[in-house]
Parts: sequence; structure tokens; C-alpha cells
Amino acid sequence: MKQSKRSLLVLVLLICSAGMTFGANGSDVDTGITAWMLTSTALVLLMVPGLAMFYGGLVRTKNVLGTMMHSYTAMGIMAVLWVILGYSMSFGNNVLGGWFGWDKNYFFLKGIDTTILDKGVPEYVFTMFQGKFAIITPALIAGAFAERVTFKGYVAFIAIWGIIIYNPLAHWVWDDGGFLFNMGAIDFAGGTVVHISAGISGLVAALYLGARRGHPTTVMPPSNLVMTITGAGLLWVGWFGFNAGSSINSGLDTAQALTATQTAAAAGAITWMIVEGLHHGKATALGFASGILAGLVAITPAAGVVQPAGAMALGVIASLLCYVAILVKNKLGYDDSLDAFGVHGIGGIVGAICLVFFMRGANNSEIIISQLGVQALAVVIAIAYAAVGTLVIVWVVDKLIGLRSKEKDEMQGLDKSYHGEHGYGMINLS
Amino acid sequence: MKMITAIIRENKLDEVREALIENEITRITVVRVSGHGQQVTEDIYRGAKVIPNLIPKVKIEIAVNDEFVKITVDSIIKAARSGELGDGKIFITPLEECIRIRTNEKGSKAI
Repeated sequence: MKQSKRSLLVLVLLICSAGMTFGANGSDVDTGITAWMLTSTALVLLMVPGLAMFYGGLVRTKNVLGTMMHSYTAMGIMAVLWVILGYSMSFGNNVLGGWFGWDKNYFFLKGIDTTILDKGVPEYVFTMFQGKFAIITPALIAGAFAERVTFKGYVAFIAIWGIIIYNPLAHWVWDDGGFLFNMGAIDFAGGTVVHISAGISGLVAALYLGARRGHPTTVMPPSNLVMTITGAGLLWVGWFGFNAGSSINSGLDTAQALTATQTAAAAGAITWMIVEGLHHGKATALGFASGILAGLVAITPAAGVVQPAGAMALGVIASLLCYVAILVKNKLGYDDSLDAFGVHGIGGIVGAICLVFFMRGANNSEIIISQLGVQALAVVIAIAYAAVGTLVIVWVVDKLIGLRSKEKDEMQGLDKSYHGEHGYGMINLS
Repeated sequence: MKMITAIIRENKLDEVREALIENEITRITVVRVSGHGQQVTEDIYRGAKVIPNLIPKVKIEIAVNDEFVKITVDSIIKAARSGELGDGKIFITPLEECIRIRTNEKGSKAI
């Protein structure tokens, strides 16, 4: 008796919930999906302090705070810009021929106060989740020109870059009105939008600004590799939100993305360790951390479409190619200080292109070749747009505000010159 | 033999090192130190300006044979001078003995 009553209740509830998908009174929120999306949002945010630690540990002691501030200021500036116009530019309706989006309801997010998306997620959750990607992308670029940019110039650069480069790219790839989205380009969690755009922009900015004083003859030792590898750990954990959260679900595709992410990161880390072990006879902690990142970056566009074996292959390929890319960088002698291009640019390109060979259910070569064409086009467009846009932005910012540090400030260190502080005060009595 | 001890600005270390290496003076000991001279600097702590009573500096120590004293001192001064308070000082002291631990060599040839 009791049992049948309960079944009846469940049935009634099911019917009710099925009939109220589009309401706006909060009762149709899918709490399971929403809970995971809230968790994912927090996990992606956690990657930003993770990145601050990763980069902060790699620079010299005099630049540790300034470098960590590059990540933290992105958390402030990009989050505010996202609320004001970023979400609207990324997920609004096409304007100016689809260059970016705009929706006046999204301006200051004022029109989504009670909106629930079809998936049963409050739109606030979706916009906050997406906003975290807009934070971490410019923060990634900072690795390419670490230890030699003015603070004011950097702040202006990321603000303009976010508006002009990030928002349109996100719109093209992820919004259902975006032209790359409609072309069928696969970018599950941001291989082109986040990693390729950040890597290429970093490379262009690093080339424009020139090398750090003393590069490459002066040795520039990392201030704290313990902090770097801790940061890499936080990035790995946070990446579960980044990739599995990008399913905007809490179900099968979430599980597939999560498994692919874990597998690729682990495969990338081991590959780097083995390659370095064969090459130098020692497996470095920084190498292991770099391998984690290479694997994670490569699986980012692919997490939704590959099975574990494919994820493993992507992790291995990305790790190998990133390792080679850094060797080549050292030969060429340009100063991508913390290898933003070497890891994020190369890893992102590897993931976005090579994913076609490991796609779930793609067993005939026609599908693979046609998808390969689409992926290659999306990658080329992302590279071209990010490169040209960044060149213009760094030129303008450098002329108006000054982006390259003065030699005296650079030698003194960013911490003292721009922040009036010392990161490692305890090293000196004072 | 002389011991040359120089207190310089932290941000001048690279340039001093480069100048010394240019003149083939490569052997050196470098220490982070804190000290107080004529210079006054300020840090910022939660919006308040703080005057540290000890300022971070770098101390370099170079043991040289007498004929290298002048070139060493000149290189340091040329690279470390900015003309403002806080450029630092150089101390030259006689060096009684120098022994290379590995070989037990003594005197000028051990430097």
C-alpha cells in the first residue's frame, strides 16, 4: 500500500516536471545538473589561483607577486567586463555580420534574473561558468611575456583583448549563431577559443616586446618549483570543471569528458617524464607538470568526442610535440618566458586537429577527412584572428600607455617597481 | 692578495656580473643582505607606506691578486653606479692566506 502510494507520487511529480520545462518560477530547475554546474564553475575559478602559482613559481623571486597578480587581476577585470558586456558579446544574437553577439537583456545581465535554460540550469550559473573561461584565457597569455611588462599596460591589454579577441571567438565557436559552430567545428571546452588564442596571442606579444634583458645568456632560475607543481595539481583538479562542466549536463557526456580528461593528463605527464628521462637521464618535476598541462590542453577541444584510448593518444602526441616545440624555441632564441605558446598554442592545435582521428564512431575516412577540413579551417581562423588582433592591441597599448617595462623597473623586479612589495620578504631581514 | 667586498643594489647584480665577466673576473660569492646606509626607501602594506629600516642589498665578495684590484673595482663602480643615494660601497681588505681545499695549493695561485 505504502509502496504504491509512493510510486503514484513519483509518477505525478514526473508528469509535472515534464510539463514545466520552460517556466521561470524556479520549480523547474534540474538540481542535479545545476549542482554539478555550480561545482564546475568553482573548479574552473580554482584554476586561476592554480595558474598564478604555476607561473609565480617559474619566475625569479623579484617578479613573483607581479606575475601572480597577472592572474589575479584577470579575475577582477575579466569578471567585471563579462557581467557588463562579455556575456552579451559572446552569447547574444549575431550583430555586425556575426562578428560578435549582442543582446540588450544581457547588458549587465539585467534580463536574466529569473531565466532558467532548457537544460534546467539557471542562466546565471551558465553565464558565471562561461565567465571563468574569459578570466583564465588572458591570464594564460601572461606567461609568454612574464617578467617584462608594465602593470598598467598589462591591465589595458587584457581588458581590450578580452573584448576584441576573446568574446568574438567564443561567439563564433560556442554560440548557436556563430559561424564556426554552424560549420560543425568541434571545440568541446575551448581548444581554439582558449588555448590556441592564448598561445598565439602570447607568441605575438612576446615577439613584439622582445626578450627579457639578459635572455638567453643570463640564467633565470625559477623562484619556487614547489609552488609551480602545486599549481599544476590545482590546474589538473580544476580541469574537471573546465571539461566535464562544458557538457552543461550531469550525465553520460559529462562522464565521457571527465574520463577523457583524466586519461589524457596522465598520459601526457608520463610521456614527458619518459622523453625527458631518455633525453637528459632525469625526470624533472617541472617536466612532469608540463606534461600534465600538455595532455590537458590537447584534450580540451576533444573531451566530448574521444574515447579513453583516443584521449591517451592525444595526451602522448601533445606531450611529445610540446617537448619538441620548447626545444625548437630554445634554438630559435625568442623569449616566450613560461612557454605559453609552447604548451597552450601547440597543445591546443594538436588537440583540435588530431581529435578527428579518434572521434567516437567515426570509422569511415570520409567523415574524418571532412571533419579534418573543418577543424583545420577553425584553427587557421583562430590563429589569424588572434595574431592580427593581438599585434594591433599590443602596438596601441605600447604607444599609449607603455607595455614594455623600463630597463630599471625590469631589473628591480615587477614586485617592487609596480606593486611596492616583496613576494619573499622573509629572505631578507627588514 | 686582497678581498674586495661590495654592497650593491639588488637590481644591479646582473650588470655588475656581466661587467666583471667581461674583464675575466668570474670567481665570486654573492649573498643577499639587509642593511642601512643613507638611502631611504618605501614599501606599501595595506595602503600604508612603510619605511623599512633595513633595505635589501646584494653583497659580493671577490678574492683577487693585487694586480686585479683596480680592474675589479672599476668594473663594479661602472656597472653599479646610478648616482643616487643607495648605490652601495666597496671595501678592500688585505687577505692573509688563500687555500684551495681540493689540492691544498696556497697563496696567489689558489685564487
